[in-house]
Amino acid sequence: MAQIEFQSVTKKFGTNRALDDLTLSVGDGEFFVLLGPTGAGKTTALRLIAGLDMPDTGAIHIAGDDVHDLTAAERDVALVFQYYSLYPRYTVRQNLEFPLKSKIHSFSQAEIDDRVNQAAKTLRITHLMDRKTDRLSGGEMQRVSIGRAIVREPRAFLMDEPLSNLDAKLREALRAELKELQIRLKATFVFVTHDQVEAMSMGDKVGVLNNGKLVQVGTPWEIYNRPRDLFVASFVGSPSMNLLPGVVSGDECSLFGAAQVLKLPAATGAAKLTIGIRAEDVAVVPDGPVQAVIHDVENHGVEKIVTLRVGDQLLKATVPSQMQTSVDAAVAFRIDPDKAHFFDPATGQNLIF
Amino acid sequence: MAEIILRDIEKNFGSAYVIRKLNLTIKDREFVVLLGPSGCGKTTTLRAIAGLEEIDTGDILIDGKPVQNLEAGDRDIAFVFQLFALYPHLTAYENIAFPLRATNESKADVDRKVRDVARSLQIEHLLDKRPSSLAGGDMQRVAIGRALVRRPKAMLMDEPMGALDAKLREEMRTELKRLHLENEATTVYVTHDQVEAMSMADRIAIMNEGILQQVGTPDEVYHDPANLFVAQFVGSPVMNILQASVQPDGDFARVSFDLADVGFTYPAALLSQVQAGGDGLTLGIRPEGVELRREAAPGFAAAQVQLIEPLGAFDIVDLKLGPNTLRARTKSGFAGKIGDALWLRLDPAQTHFFNARTGESLHVRLAHGAN
Repeated sequence: MAQIEFQSVTKKFGTNRALDDLTLSVGDGEFFVLLGPTGAGKTTALRLIAGLDMPDTGAIHIAGDDVHDLTAAERDVALVFQYYSLYPRYTVRQNLEFPLKSKIHSFSQAEIDDRVNQAAKTLRITHLMDRKTDRLSGGEMQRVSIGRAIVREPRAFLMDEPLSNLDAKLREALRAELKELQIRLKATFVFVTHDQVEAMSMGDKVGVLNNGKLVQVGTPWEIYNRPRDLFVASFVGSPSMNLLPGVVSGDECSLFGAAQVLKLPAATGAAKLTIGIRAEDVAVVPDGPVQAVIHDVENHGVEKIVTLRVGDQLLKATVPSQMQTSVDAAVAFRIDPDKAHFFDPATGQNLIF
Repeated sequence: MAEIILRDIEKNFGSAYVIRKLNLTIKDREFVVLLGPSGCGKTTTLRAIAGLEEIDTGDILIDGKPVQNLEAGDRDIAFVFQLFALYPHLTAYENIAFPLRATNESKADVDRKVRDVARSLQIEHLLDKRPSSLAGGDMQRVAIGRALVRRPKAMLMDEPMGALDAKLREEMRTELKRLHLENEATTVYVTHDQVEAMSMADRIAIMNEGILQQVGTPDEVYHDPANLFVAQFVGSPVMNILQASVQPDGDFARVSFDLADVGFTYPAALLSQVQAGGDGLTLGIRPEGVELRREAAPGFAAAQVQLIEPLGAFDIVDLKLGPNTLRARTKSGFAGKIGDALWLRLDPAQTHFFNARTGESLHVRLAHGAN
């Protein structure tokens, strides 16, 4: 059992608060993703769990126990890095055996063989066992690094952007593999990434970090469909959520002059709001209430993403790939009123929270 | 005006080909993307056009004139690199103005040109700053400004967004394309990112191992890939690939998979289009071409949900069909949960067939409905 908890953890580097009062609970057997831009504090959080750094204040619990006095080795968690830290002159088998041959364990060779072979099978690298690691491709090397973590049968896996050095196709394949591996092992994963696609596609839960602060924790569905603030709204999803100025009157908010008027989901004292709408919730239709000019067309094969221009405002809409679109053509569109998000521009907060 | 013609270009390092018999015409004002994995020869091709790399054989013509023997500086071409390559001690203004300083233009002309370019890149407010105080995206805007200020006949860009983060890349894509429309400079753009290629190019030239695989519009390379390499390099998630065989089945054709005891009904027109001459057949279908039902239906085969990747706007679902895994793109939340049964068939209109030995597309064209 390996529930991981942060209790009011703060970590400073000089005057910079890398983590600011982080309270967070990762459930046993959960695939938890820490998502955020560079400098958000996600790698710091991972290093604190691993015991490579110590918090300034607050406590970290693993499986219910405060791990403050435990060394990195004693915490029984495995860390997988972005750069595969393999021994280049060793074979794959030797690399996999290595963590089990440490003096603090006393595994028999039969036990070691068993664990190594099992890990190799799980990761589909049995055919590579006798190869030196400098003769492997990037994807194979990353599989071996993960294998080195698996053989230890740790209480939790900590992964620091393990896919970011791989090319797009391989990343896609390994994304699915890692997720399946986690399901099979029923292990606790804490996975750090700046890539929202990885976070959405793999996480049971996603914690969004910005400037050392936890902004939102939720399922991928929640952070995509109910973003707590403007940061989450624009960080998650591709293309980025459209953010448009709206003017409040009573319980309504009008957009583009008053070409479209939306009902507010909650009362607000603000006179102006920022309306968030995703590209797939902007419908380009002949009878749409808002007139626009096509500013740009991006062909994505399966669909097109058109940038629409209304006055000097730009917004993106997803349209079917068969739709005829040409730059500078006039079109009309409608925002799906049920899919609009309303943010207070002063605080950035979503009105529904 | 700048039409660029590459004719029978070859380049090798020792016995290894870097570029092999490359023929490509880039039309005046066209935006062409050279796309391929690392080591495919795309950057070497770009550098050869710029005059930064010698070629062994072949001709490079700009507006009909061979340029192999012209120095890079005499080709009237601007180059933008992945790394910003700005002068750190000069302001953004001076960096942009730099290429004009060597000419004999008046101060007023230089100033006007720098400000014009800055306006179109929306960096007017940054002109007094030095590169070290600029964000990555702004640095790249300055670098592009410096390339544009000379109003070159052609712009060559080598992964100019490679160092930027995902969100910024998305914005810059739109900006760069608008800029291209305004400046009308012939543009050759190198990337390994198929999304960039699809979303920006008038035409894409896909390379692999020094060999040009296909040249076409984004629609052509996506919907009618010339071979298995192009089929799997363009599009995300990757096109599903299965070994298949085709037999007559009454008024229809039946497509079945070697490894699975399942088959699908296709229009009979398929039979005459897939004579691979004993080489075997490979079937390709993009995730959006896999049609799903929640209940059994004629022509649909039972499959099991293996993995669900929710991406917000849609889900990618891995389905187990016999020993094969197929990826499908569904509305978000459609697939339920792992282990659930779903029924699928392959849209004949979106099914590609390839010669299994050569990988070449058989260019099969079928109507949507089969049943």
